[in-house]
Amino acid sequence: MSQSLGIAPGRGARAGLAIALPALFIVSWEVLGRMNLLVDGLIPTPTSVLQAWWVWIAGTGGLSLNPYSGTWAANVWYSLERVGQGYLLAIVLGVPLGVLIGWSRLAARMVDPSIQWLRPIPITAWLPFSIALFGIKDFGAIFLITLGAFYPIVVNTTQGARDVDKNLVRAARMMGAGSGALLRRVILPAALPSVFTGLRIGLGIAWTAVIVAEMVAVKSGLGYVLWDAYYVGRMDVVIADMISIGLMGYVSDRLVVLVENRVLTWRRLQSH
Amino acid sequence: MSDAIAISQVRKVYAGANPVTALEGIDLTIADGEFAALLGPSGCGKSTLLNMLAGFESVTAGGLKVYDAAVTQPGPDRAVVFQEAALFPWLNVWDNVVFGPQVQGKPAEAYEAKARETLKLVGLENFTKHLPVQLSGGMKQRVGIARVLVMEPKLLLMDEPFGALDAQTRLTMQQLLLDVWQALKKTVVFVTHDIDEAILLADTIYVMSARPGRIASRIPVELPRPRNLDTLTDASFNAMKKRIMHEMRSDPH
Repeated sequence: MSQSLGIAPGRGARAGLAIALPALFIVSWEVLGRMNLLVDGLIPTPTSVLQAWWVWIAGTGGLSLNPYSGTWAANVWYSLERVGQGYLLAIVLGVPLGVLIGWSRLAARMVDPSIQWLRPIPITAWLPFSIALFGIKDFGAIFLITLGAFYPIVVNTTQGARDVDKNLVRAARMMGAGSGALLRRVILPAALPSVFTGLRIGLGIAWTAVIVAEMVAVKSGLGYVLWDAYYVGRMDVVIADMISIGLMGYVSDRLVVLVENRVLTWRRLQSH
Repeated sequence: MSDAIAISQVRKVYAGANPVTALEGIDLTIADGEFAALLGPSGCGKSTLLNMLAGFESVTAGGLKVYDAAVTQPGPDRAVVFQEAALFPWLNVWDNVVFGPQVQGKPAEAYEAKARETLKLVGLENFTKHLPVQLSGGMKQRVGIARVLVMEPKLLLMDEPFGALDAQTRLTMQQLLLDVWQALKKTVVFVTHDIDEAILLADTIYVMSARPGRIASRIPVELPRPRNLDTLTDASFNAMKKRIMHEMRSDPH
């Protein structure tokens, strides 16, 4: 028991503890906002954020001058689509390359230095280059997402492939496995725990990349709305947008964890 | 009877700033169907010798042939049972056992019956869906044995396979191996540092000495087969043990 008070709280009590701080924060925010104490009303209250969010999601019905009316789902979808495409591309490139670098000394000597030299350049620094190369188009955003997610995926996969138990490799070769079977059936599954570490870090970077790219390089998506709303002074939409991004990041991370738990059952049992 | 293993003047040196001679002047001939034990203290190079037969390590000098073919790489004709079983932790018992035939590209109908029969032989027919992590040490090693028997190898190389098990389980596994060998009569090279184990299992014991690793003596075990755990308390067993212990003490090293 790690309880210093010697009391084991139930599930409900624990949830209550977790919610106490945010609840206190939101209530004070609302109260201070209504008293006009928040930067001269520049920062909207939680209720007005919720209202703006609702209009953004459901629209106002009929004609409206609000450019954000009812466009939430479409913009979420644009961002999701870009993250999905860029992230998948990063996986398709990063995992096989990482397995190869981790396994083959030749591949490591040839490719690994280049990756280590390019990695310190932050994806934000690639932005002007990406716009110059791809213009204000989808692919500019996808390029940044892929690049950002690629590094942690390839680096962690490499690590996992390098650390495979030597006897497992010997056992596979003894049973007649050629290079292909060895990589696919031994190195890759043995490296999967590390691969998933890379996948989760990569996903976080993918969301960072899509927001940055949409703020500058494309004209749709949650990042675009975020910047656009700030520009026209709609802080309620800005905050609703921030929460939406956080929500998407959280849900997509849970999805990866769900897949991980499914694929790595053997690993979960091992740690008991 | 033809020779299963022919080793002549084999030397193994690990290069480096201080090169280490692991094996020196090894001459060894093992007949087809023979159960040979390599017995010696740790550091005598017995596992190195086994790894060279398996094709995991190269020979520095000398000749090393298995069934008249020079060993250049690992292969399913020379099956290895590892000390820690070395099962694939993400595959269940069945998938571990059929891994060999699968990567060799054999069709399912060519190995499924054999795999079922082998699992029954080692007493694991009811554990096919278990993951290695759900098995005890002895059961893991049963899988380790089953997955090589299913490939029907000509030669079985066993590297202290029961060394990590508790005394009780080790006895059970020794009995199991005696039964399996009695049924299949394969050529076996069995590495161990346990004198009792070597006498109980082997036809011939090669006692090794360390630094550099050499074969100090060859001792035929003339105990009748089939043997079982009762053999361990026989008068003839004790006489044999006495002789080997004397042999190992008189080792000049």
